Order: sequence, then C-alpha cells, then structure tokens
Amino acid sequence: MSILVWTWILTGLSFAVYIYIAYWARAKTTGDFYVAEKSVPPLLNGMATGADWMSAASFISMAGLISFLGRDGSYYLMGWTGGYVLLALLFAPYLRKYGKFTIPQFIGDRYYSQTARLIALLCAIFVSFTYVAGQMRGVGVVFSRFMDVGINTGVIIGMALVFFYATLGGMKGITYTQVAQYVVLITAYLIPAIFISMHFTGNPVPQIGYGSQITAEGAALLNDPSTQGKYLLDVLDGLSKDLGFAAYTSGQRPMIDVFFITFSLMIGTAGLPHILIRFFTVPKIRDARSSAGWALIFIALLYTTAPAVSVFARTNFIKTVNNVEYVNAPSWFKNWEKTGLVGWKDKNGDGIMQIRPGKWDDPKSANEVKIDQDIMVLANPEIAKLPNWVVGLVGAGGLAAALSTAAGLLLVISAAISHDLMKNILKPGMSEKEELWWARGGAGVAVVIAGLFGIYPPGFVAQVVAFAFGLAAASFFPAILMGIFNKKMNKEGAIAGMVVGIVFTAAYIWWFKYGDPASNNPAGWWLGISPEGIGTVGAALNFLTSYVVSKFTKEPPAEIQELVGSLRYPGKEVPAASSH
Amino acid sequence: MSIHATKELKAYWKENLVIISVLLTIWFVVSYVCGILLANQLDAYRIGGFPLGFWFANQGSLVTFVVLIWVYVGLMDRLDIKYGVQQD
Repeated sequence: MSILVWTWILTGLSFAVYIYIAYWARAKTTGDFYVAEKSVPPLLNGMATGADWMSAASFISMAGLISFLGRDGSYYLMGWTGGYVLLALLFAPYLRKYGKFTIPQFIGDRYYSQTARLIALLCAIFVSFTYVAGQMRGVGVVFSRFMDVGINTGVIIGMALVFFYATLGGMKGITYTQVAQYVVLITAYLIPAIFISMHFTGNPVPQIGYGSQITAEGAALLNDPSTQGKYLLDVLDGLSKDLGFAAYTSGQRPMIDVFFITFSLMIGTAGLPHILIRFFTVPKIRDARSSAGWALIFIALLYTTAPAVSVFARTNFIKTVNNVEYVNAPSWFKNWEKTGLVGWKDKNGDGIMQIRPGKWDDPKSANEVKIDQDIMVLANPEIAKLPNWVVGLVGAGGLAAALSTAAGLLLVISAAISHDLMKNILKPGMSEKEELWWARGGAGVAVVIAGLFGIYPPGFVAQVVAFAFGLAAASFFPAILMGIFNKKMNKEGAIAGMVVGIVFTAAYIWWFKYGDPASNNPAGWWLGISPEGIGTVGAALNFLTSYVVSKFTKEPPAEIQELVGSLRYPGKEVPAASSH
Repeated sequence: MSIHATKELKAYWKENLVIISVLLTIWFVVSYVCGILLANQLDAYRIGGFPLGFWFANQGSLVTFVVLIWVYVGLMDRLDIKYGVQQD
C-alpha cells in the first residue's frame, strides 16, 4: 500500500478513537468541564500532560531546529524539560491543595484583588491564543504534506474534531483523548528513530546510538566505507568542519545568552496555564507530585530522542546529498522537493549539489541546497528506507501532537471566559448550568478564532512564541511562586510586579522585532541577552518590584495569610476564599 | 490530625524547604553549570562518542531532572507520614 493510503488509514483510525473517547467522557458538571472531577489517575495525567505539552513544533520542527544549532540547541531540550522540576517542587502540590479551577482564579483569590484576577486572565488568554494559532496551522500543514489536501481544508477538519471533543467533554474529554494522542505521537516518533539507530549503529536505543560507532551497514547507507567503526558524532563534527560549519558538538552562541534563554524557557514552562491546570485534575496532593514525575518521563522520552534524530538525520542528509550529482539525487529528495521543504539551485553550473553555510538563495553564498528544518523529522523514515506504514504513522503522530496541545489551550481560554470573567467578575450569581453553557460556548468561539488564525496566519505568530514564554515567565511564575512561598506578599506588590514584568518583557521583544529589527543581534542586545532570553530579566524585575512595593504597603489580611499557610500542608481541602 | 499543631507544621515546612533547596541545587548544577557554563571544559572528557559537556546539555541534565522529581516524590511521601499530614 502507498504512503498516502497508510496515512489515511492510520489517521482515520486515530480520529475514530478520539471521537469515541470524547463521547464516552462527556462532561455533565462544571467540575467535569474544568478539572475532570479531580479524578484522573497520576500516570494518565502524566501522559495527558505530555501530549498537552508536546506541540506540533516539538514533534515536527524541534529535531530539525537542533540539527542546525548543534549544542546550542540544547537550550530547547533543557529549557522545555527543566521547567517540570520547578513545577513539581514549587507549584504542583500547592496548587492542587488550593483545589480550584483556573490560574487567574488562584491569583485573584490569593491576592484578594479583581485587578490581579483581570491581569492574569488577559495574560492567560493572550499566551494561549498565541500558542494555539501555531497548532491549528500545524494541523493544516500535516494534512497538506501527507494527505494531499489543502492546508485550509486540513485546518477545518482539525477544527471540527477539536470543536467536538472540547465543547462536549471539557477537561475530562480532553484528558482522555490526550492520553490516546500521547500514545500515537510517541509511537510515531520512536519507531523511526529506533529503526534508524539500528541501521547506523546497531544499537536500538537512539539516545545511546548517536554516541556510538557506525556499523558496516551504517557506512553503506552513508555511501562512505571509511566511516565504519568511527563514532557518529566525530564523523558529523568532521563533516561540518569540512564544509565550513562549526563542529556540531560545539557551542557558538554567547554563553550568557544560552543561560538566559534556558532559564526563560524553564520558568516560562512552569508558568504556562495549560500545563498548570493539569495538576488540578488529580485526586490527591501526592498525586500532583507524582503526575509531574510521570509527565517528565513521558516528555523526556521524546526530548532525549530528538537530539539523536537530529544527528542521524543531519549526517545522513549531508552524506547522501552533498557533492552528489542532481541527476543521481535520492528519490526522497525529489519527492520532497515538490513540497518546497528541500530545493537545489545550481549556482556554479556544475550539476552537483553543494551544501555549505549560508542561504541557498543568497547569490553570495556557495550553498546550493535548501533544507527546511521540518524535513529532518518528516522525511526521516523515507531517508532511512523504512516501510510505508512507518511514514504514515508520522503523519498521524504530528496531528496528535498538534490537536492535543490545541485542545489544552482552548480549555484555558474557555475557562478564563466562563469561570474567571463571567462567573467571578461579571455575573457571580449565575447557575452551574448557565456557567457550563458559557464554558462550552467559550470553547466553541475559541476554536473558531484559533482556526481562523490557522487559515490566515497573522504575521506575528511565528515570531511570538518567545513572547508566550517570556510573558508567562515574567508574570505567572513570580506571582504564583510568591503567592505560595511568601505569606506577606500583598496585592499591591503582586500587581506592581506583574505589570512591570509584563511591560518590560513585551517592550523589549517588541523593540527588537518591530521597533528596530536591524539591531536584533548580539551587539545590539542589552548585555548580550536576546529577546528569547529576556523573560528571565522580566521575572527578576517582577520579584524585585513586588518585594519593594510590599514592604511599603499594608500586609495581606489575616485570612489570606491563613489560606497561604493551609496550602503548605496536605490534608483538608482549603476553605472557600471570601475575597469577593 | 496534627494540622493545628503549629510548631510541628513549621518543622514540616522547614524540612520541605530543605529538600527543595537541595534538589534545586542539583537541578542548577547539572543543567546550568555542566551543560552551559563548564560545557567547553567538560568536553575534554568523553563517555563513548559523547563529549561530556555536550552530553550533559543533550541527555544528562534531562535524565537527572526525571530522577530529581521522583526523589522528591519519595522524600515527600515519607515526610507526610512522619508528620501525619498524608491524605488517605
């Protein structure tokens, strides 16, 4: 059977499973809708968190991105996993003890302030929309590349599916579909990686394989018998240097910037509402701790495989394309050329493809080959000559990754509208039934807006992923941390801190993306810190401002200090806050 | 239920803070020190085909993160029981 048929079969089967689960897990109460009745077992919550977390970008783009960055790419690997240690140790058990539904609600209650609630609400909506736009686009892209349908049709199919299970099932439906989506996406990611690792090094564990020696079979695949018995990384380092790149295993970016980006991604991860609310869904406080542990196991499984995929794919790509006559190009190269992900421009007219540093369409560069980062994961199974069903599986996996993240984000938006805005600010007297309708309606409207973003991607989306993390890092992370660990932190301090953190971070990113893009380079940055890493500074300013302001203003009321005290111990549920 | 024994609970919280501090120190050392600040120096050593600093940045810190969370889970389970604040 052809790749196309396999992709349709596997995607169709996975979609049928998602729909069945959504019907089975439909929500009857607001508790169901927001937190799945706090009844999700920790292991399953870990899987759902993994699927929630790993987006279209993690699945399709990350390995390729790292293959261009070498060791510097580790800031993604460490940054997007290290945040879970912070989540587990600093947030998860205490937020679970608090036991309510949303992050704006926690911030509003803890800081006894509707203003704080409103800031948190706007921030949650902004961060989630920024993020979800990319996911819906991702759904469309996977459909168009694997299944011969237009991007827009793909987005609409994805929208219809998410609409169905997010409005029907709320958190409960989303959680159990995410469990299924995790299984699909991790299988789709690991199988090609295991096969490739076996082919090149004889070791079925890719995490070890890419630090091993190349076997005879691997050397044959690379068309270079001399590589047999050499360490794969040494071969790639040598190859990179020969072509004029830096050694793959060396770092190129200024150390301070790598440090700040990693930190910003870590605390941004710990501050993302769609991840934080997952810890509200487990039965007990110890479950919140262990589900963070499960989540990181499931996430690390993909995140430790990704750098292996980068190394295998990059070595293989260079060896099978560079210095090869175009007429003899491998068949996958010509297949993927149609999608525009790879390309060749014969600048020196010798009919041979040359890979060099620089852009392929820049006449001054000797590079002739276009390599889109996504190709490293998408074409990997074909490059390694794996069976068609494995290729089909990659399509289903990419869709699972994009849909699961989109659903988690949409729930944050829906809860922010129905629970925080309607129930807690505008219409406190409404019945549970009415609130549930607002929640479903909010999810529905959010899906449609997200889909429109997917069909008409606003120019800013691609550039503002850094924005989502920076904003979460500079607003939520400090506000929640101080809310739990500093009883004396008051509303004046928290509000001032959030405002300063958000304004500073947003202004810095805006300046380098729009104000003066020409100076967006290490020499132009303040202290050499890129816009991607500035969330760290924003968070530090937030802490500092909060601390100073809280010293000069009234300390929080006694019942709030008591509430904070009660968060720190497992046992009884927190009494209802009486802040409004 | 010892939830009202303030002195006991203060001790529980203090022990919790010590656990968090120790684990976060290790968290910082494997990622920021070994994977970034000292990565170039550590690259002089190798495990298999991996330069050591590169390995910490690519694999070692991630594996340590997983271990850290599970150690925390275990320690906190014991601490909850020691102070009788576990839920059942």
